[in-house]
Amino acid sequence: MNYSKKDRFLLMINKYVLIIATLIILLPLLYVLLASFLEPNVLLSKGISFNPDDWSVQGYVKILQNEAIIRGFFYSILYSVGFALATVIVSILAAYPLSVEGFRGTKVIMIFFLITMFFSGGLIPTYLVVKDLGMLNSIWAIILPGAISVWNIILARTYFRAIPKELQEAAKIDGASDLLIFFKIILPLSKPIIFVLALYAFVGQWNSYFDAMIYLEDAKLHPLQLVLRSILIQNEVQPGMIGDQLAMAELKKMSEMIKYSSIILSSLPLIIMYPFFQKYFEKGVMVGSIK
Amino acid sequence: MTTDSKTNVFHKKKSLFQYMKQNYMLYLFLAPAIILTIIFKYIPMYGSIIAFKDFSPMKGIWASDWVGLEHFTKFLTSPNFGDIFMNTLKLSVYGLVLGFPVPIILALMLNQVKRASIKKNIQLILYAPNFISVVVITGMLFIFLSPTGPINTILSFFMDNPISFMSDPDAFVSIYILSGIWQGAGWASIIYVAALSNVDPQLHDAATIDGASLLQRVKHIDLPTLKPMMAVLFILSAGGIMGIGFEKAYLMQTAMNIPTSEIIATYVYKVGLQAGDYAYSSAVGLFNSIINVILLVFVNYVVKKLNEGEGLY
Repeated sequence: MNYSKKDRFLLMINKYVLIIATLIILLPLLYVLLASFLEPNVLLSKGISFNPDDWSVQGYVKILQNEAIIRGFFYSILYSVGFALATVIVSILAAYPLSVEGFRGTKVIMIFFLITMFFSGGLIPTYLVVKDLGMLNSIWAIILPGAISVWNIILARTYFRAIPKELQEAAKIDGASDLLIFFKIILPLSKPIIFVLALYAFVGQWNSYFDAMIYLEDAKLHPLQLVLRSILIQNEVQPGMIGDQLAMAELKKMSEMIKYSSIILSSLPLIIMYPFFQKYFEKGVMVGSIK
Repeated sequence: MTTDSKTNVFHKKKSLFQYMKQNYMLYLFLAPAIILTIIFKYIPMYGSIIAFKDFSPMKGIWASDWVGLEHFTKFLTSPNFGDIFMNTLKLSVYGLVLGFPVPIILALMLNQVKRASIKKNIQLILYAPNFISVVVITGMLFIFLSPTGPINTILSFFMDNPISFMSDPDAFVSIYILSGIWQGAGWASIIYVAALSNVDPQLHDAATIDGASLLQRVKHIDLPTLKPMMAVLFILSAGGIMGIGFEKAYLMQTAMNIPTSEIIATYVYKVGLQAGDYAYSSAVGLFNSIINVILLVFVNYVVKKLNEGEGLY
């Protein structure tokens, strides 16, 4: 395509603005990554340094020895996997009947679900229900209330509807039950949507702290994000992280260092997953746009 | 299903009971979702009548005495009300006005990058912050904006005293919104980028032959492509304007910035779960969600008018 002089100039500006935008995103992230590998003294006095003599893995050693962080990491995995499983099972089971042509009650059931998109009981009444069920301080409080999502049901239903009907019809004529059709025909064809739902649920749970904060009063059950909150935002030094003999100044330096390394540790699973699964994440957004 | 519907054509329609008996498995599939919805959505909805009661833990929600609108009038006439309401509104209106156009501009710009590999890599970087948790984002804000942090180090060349951003009430809104754009704009552009990549390239070729400049093509081809999507996304965000999330604002709060950082959601949490005033806090929450529904309906109506009958529902 031929561009005029003015257009070529615009395209050049476009290029530079995009480069700047990328740098704005990238630089803070790189700063944290580099800072996590620096001696705390260096960071405080000189700032970022590229001299290998200033590098250290002390921050990582400290957090890997820390019980609260390690425990939080495993609880985060447990909660996120559990939440992803529950979300996927509930959503696809509910979506299948609603995708079946001629299924009686579709309309009433959809309205029943959709109402919850507009009206919600709010924080306190939901909290009281969870409390009355005796779910406080249990994994169920994290997994069950959020597992039901109208949005996910709609996504899965849209996907199921696009599966050619002939397969199910043929199976039905051969006398296959609904259960058999669902497990032998629908599920094998639905791996992408299952994957997308699970991925979103996992990431959402991994990154959230609110439900854990209100439902898990016992600090021993806290996921990583809550442990991080106390380190990063409330500036609490985890017990046992720093020996008592260390002076106040040393303590401050250490806690600075731990901040950076714990940010990296907590983001690690997603950093590793993200480039491989970018396609699926994007798919999730796109499926969602089809109403 | 199909054999059923085929026979249905010839015979009288089966009764609902018969149909359900024959297809009980399908109804069983729905059971977990329906049970969870009743327990965690509908019971709390009913439970929000606590907002009209003088809740006593001894009696429980159902047996507590009615007090009518007492909690609502208490909130609406409390000295905090104006500030909290305006803080919530400010955060979301500024967030919407400043945050809404950024992903669209990003998508239009990305669309001009012709080399697929470069475009892919830019996207990979722009989307990444979406996967950072709100705790980490806020933690990074505290690190970067602290009086001894990197931003103040840079500013120290121009200014004598470091600025304590996180305890400055005047800075809270800007920090909240700019960091939100930093984190979310790239991800929000996905949907626009995809729409633009579906535009027939022949349209652009034809326009170029007719002498259209780059800006003219963006204005007359690209932007109209995005218009329906913009309308839908605008309704969704405008409808949620008073439903601004709790998570980030709560983490960003410091003792000093409370005058601007206290929003309805954080207030509900503090009064309700921290101070234990369940009924009053529920009334505040209920007040908020009623405004939300009204807003959503209103914005949809306006967009429908502007958009020649094309609303969200």
